[in-house]
Amino acid sequence: MPEMHRTKQARDRYNFLWEWANPVKFMWFSGLALPWLVAATVLTSAIGLIWGFFFTPEAVNFGSSVKIIYVHVPSAMMAISAWFMMLVASLIWLIRRHHVSALAAKAAAPVGTVMTVIALITGAIWGEPMWGTYWAWDPRLTSFLILFLFYLGYMALWGAIEDPDTAADLTSVLAVVGSVFAFLSRYAVNFWNQGLHQGATLSLDKEENIANVYWIPLLFAMAGFGLLFVTLVFIRTRTEIRKRRTHALELRERMADA
Amino acid sequence: MPELGKYAGAVLWSWVATLVLVALLIAMTWMQSRKAKAELEAIEARRKSKES
Repeated sequence: MPEMHRTKQARDRYNFLWEWANPVKFMWFSGLALPWLVAATVLTSAIGLIWGFFFTPEAVNFGSSVKIIYVHVPSAMMAISAWFMMLVASLIWLIRRHHVSALAAKAAAPVGTVMTVIALITGAIWGEPMWGTYWAWDPRLTSFLILFLFYLGYMALWGAIEDPDTAADLTSVLAVVGSVFAFLSRYAVNFWNQGLHQGATLSLDKEENIANVYWIPLLFAMAGFGLLFVTLVFIRTRTEIRKRRTHALELRERMADA
Repeated sequence: MPELGKYAGAVLWSWVATLVLVALLIAMTWMQSRKAKAELEAIEARRKSKES
């Protein structure tokens, strides 16, 4: 009996989490959280970017080009993380059929796309003085380019299918397939040695990690980009929920008029 | 302005491109949000006036 009681308690706690997928609850919660998120985004981004640009010294091998790290690494990190967030939200849609999760995945795609574009552009600009070329068919660069194409395909698929549930189903499958390239974008440098791109910039190993003088502002910049992503996804998910509600009310109006 | 030396072009172009793209993304998100909110409010107001 005590065993059964514990199981029921665990199940209740588990179900409580799913209540946040209710659109009304999501709108209420995100409405409360957004002012705090905006403030935290502005504060952390400002600290990271101003510190990184104005107050970091030149690096031995990179000179002042090291300052590109404060826009390149956070955007690349968010490009990959956004796809993994879309993967989780898509799996929740496929398994639990929560509409908010499908809409959150849809809302994250344009943000992830812009982050991928920023990572590709800043990488190319940084690559020219460092490697002597803007582009090379290096494993990490190539997998990043494919990830960008997956983002475009994902958004095009949402736009091409009229029935929202079918669109959510098909884009969720695409999110699962594309996660292979999101994974490769992150780990390609670890198991392919022939590329130009250096290994991971950040490491928990103190010997391998970049010096604190660069690392601490980079942490703020990454936190800023992460918070920016969450803030924009919250706003865009709210927009998608409102569009869905408007569409439903319009249909109801048309049926009443007919 | 910090001394950027021979990498000034690369650093400045990277930062400008990033800030412009992020600003466009924020502006687009904000405009879409306002439009969706206004449309929903309009249809809900119409519905309420029909009901009363």
